[in-house]
Amino acid sequence: MRVAVLLKAVPDLVEELVLDEESGSLQYDEMSYVPSEWDDQALEEALILKEESGAQVTAIAVSTGDVDTMLFTALAKGADHVVKITGDFDASMSNWQQARVLSDYVREQDFDMVLSGVQAIDDVDGQIPGLVAGFLNWPHASVVTEVRMGGDSKVLLRQEYSGGLVAEIEVESPVVIGVQAARKPPRYASVAKVRQVAKSVAIEEVSAGAPAGPAFADIQFVRPVAAGRAEMIEGDVDAVADRIVQILADHNLLRRA
Amino acid sequence: MQKAKAIELEIAVVDGVELNGTWNRMFEPRVISEYDLSVLEEITNIPGAESLGYCYQCGKCTAVCPVDSVGDYSPRKIFRRTQLGISLLDSPDLWLCTTCRNCLRVCPKEVNMIDIMPAVREQAVLEGKAPAELLTAFENTARYGNPIGESARKRADWTKTAGVPVPVMSQKKAPVDVLWFVECYPAYHPRGKEASAALARIFAALGVDFGILGTEEKCAGDSQRMAGERGLFEMLAEHNIKMLSKYRFNEIVVTDPHAYNAFLHEYPKLGGEWPVRHYTQFLAEKLAGVNFVKGIKKRITFHDPCYLGRHNGEYEAPRSLLRALPDVELVEMGHCKQTSYCCGGGGGGMWLDGFTRDYASERLSERRVKEAVEYGAEILAVSCPYEVPRFEDAVKSTGHDGQIQVMDIAELMAYCMGLNEGLAIS
Repeated sequence: MRVAVLLKAVPDLVEELVLDEESGSLQYDEMSYVPSEWDDQALEEALILKEESGAQVTAIAVSTGDVDTMLFTALAKGADHVVKITGDFDASMSNWQQARVLSDYVREQDFDMVLSGVQAIDDVDGQIPGLVAGFLNWPHASVVTEVRMGGDSKVLLRQEYSGGLVAEIEVESPVVIGVQAARKPPRYASVAKVRQVAKSVAIEEVSAGAPAGPAFADIQFVRPVAAGRAEMIEGDVDAVADRIVQILADHNLLRRA
Repeated sequence: MQKAKAIELEIAVVDGVELNGTWNRMFEPRVISEYDLSVLEEITNIPGAESLGYCYQCGKCTAVCPVDSVGDYSPRKIFRRTQLGISLLDSPDLWLCTTCRNCLRVCPKEVNMIDIMPAVREQAVLEGKAPAELLTAFENTARYGNPIGESARKRADWTKTAGVPVPVMSQKKAPVDVLWFVECYPAYHPRGKEASAALARIFAALGVDFGILGTEEKCAGDSQRMAGERGLFEMLAEHNIKMLSKYRFNEIVVTDPHAYNAFLHEYPKLGGEWPVRHYTQFLAEKLAGVNFVKGIKKRITFHDPCYLGRHNGEYEAPRSLLRALPDVELVEMGHCKQTSYCCGGGGGGMWLDGFTRDYASERLSERRVKEAVEYGAEILAVSCPYEVPRFEDAVKSTGHDGQIQVMDIAELMAYCMGLNEGLAIS
């Protein structure tokens, strides 16, 4: 069983997004990036699968910036192999383009399963796993919280629904899975281990051309405009009470005797 | 209990020499040495943790261990449990030690928790056995250079509130006398920032020629090292040494006793050797030139930070500053100087509050605040950035809000120099 885990770096929201208000564009070079937390969950689930049933785990990232530390960390955590897809790419690369490049690589390999974060902060509609499955023409399951091996080439999945419902699904591999959460919190890779791996193991680099296909004609980013603000009611108890009564009355929310 | 059997030899020959006599009498080994010691050996085989095996169960450490006074924990108990086959690697005991060094002060066998804890914890971290909240602090430190997870780019933002220029070395482009290593809590925590602003104003008033690294500074990393992340410590130390090596200065002054410990003992091993002083030591020497314009009519007590006091032997400098403040009545608590209690923040304790809660009847900081109140102190003075937030929380959680205030010595000193009008001493 060979499992591919798709990783990507996303803008770090602890630092501020850098927006050029005039052109309405994000200044990608001036932002810092962190591994997408959902991808961390996908990697953890793959590593649990490896411990349970000896799966071979390959972590793959498109080189949209510095992804080496992210890949070395995946190795330190227990991935067997890491691949960096290089090309004329940068941090502004769209999810559609990333999905195309990733699926082109996966198609050439002999993977039984692809795991990826169900979404990312720059991809809240969960494009990557769905698009990769579409490009590969493989079945796809989303919002998965558990992946197990079944008999033959079957894979057992748990999927979360609203209202506390959980579905158990059996699918035939190969399959693409969007992971919502792993069964356990992502493990920690000590800094010493990551540094040791970085010195002793090489990242496999695979070059890829620019993905052909539709691209956005134009994207404008704007800061949200506050429509209105909360009113802070100040003064002593009587003044505050009077003001509350006044507000309720203004909105016709008082029942008059 | 089996009774010890005496064995006597009438003729004893050792290396060909006859040693006959009444002294050839010994007791047959009893059950005590027939334990399966494999679990203990697993621990004492870890480089750094050898001395755990020296323990002969005298119990002196139990009497002075601050953690034992709020729970069921001491180095002696750790040894005993390990001897009985409970691996320290899997035990919550491993994460309760604050590395306060009080046990080592009294231990006749030099069982050294200051070496044992980081060594065994490092192994536990590798095996994925560390508490999640600690790992979050490690990840934050690796990513942002501070355990709080604040933006690395905002590390020098506090300087805007100082009211005096705080030169950043990369912009100053000139040598300075003092490189002030600010550290994380003084750069990010709201109360830490207030103390930093106060210290900056004192430096300015005293005409100190100083500069800070600003965003080039990262956590000194000493507590992460004590909590078991040596690799992270080394990464941080290499970074800080590289940054510091770019600039010319005569000495480093640190706000944080944990950074003081790192610069004094650990950074030199990695090639970073500079003269270093804690800010209380630096200011104590300059006291003659300080112009105090007002006093504080309060009873003040001082909590010795473990890493300034017991670890590095400095008890006098902070006290000399407090004694110099006009109108102050300095009172000592029962636990002071060498026998000082611990705030609970050291050795990773700062990031294990949720974990520790399950094994302690109260926080060490709460126990300490109660002691300060018992001695009638109206102000608890501190000189370690972990302590203002820890003790302020403890003042509230023990119901002493309004009775006692927690202040950094820099804040009190700036107040008496007329440089801290914003400080509300009630």
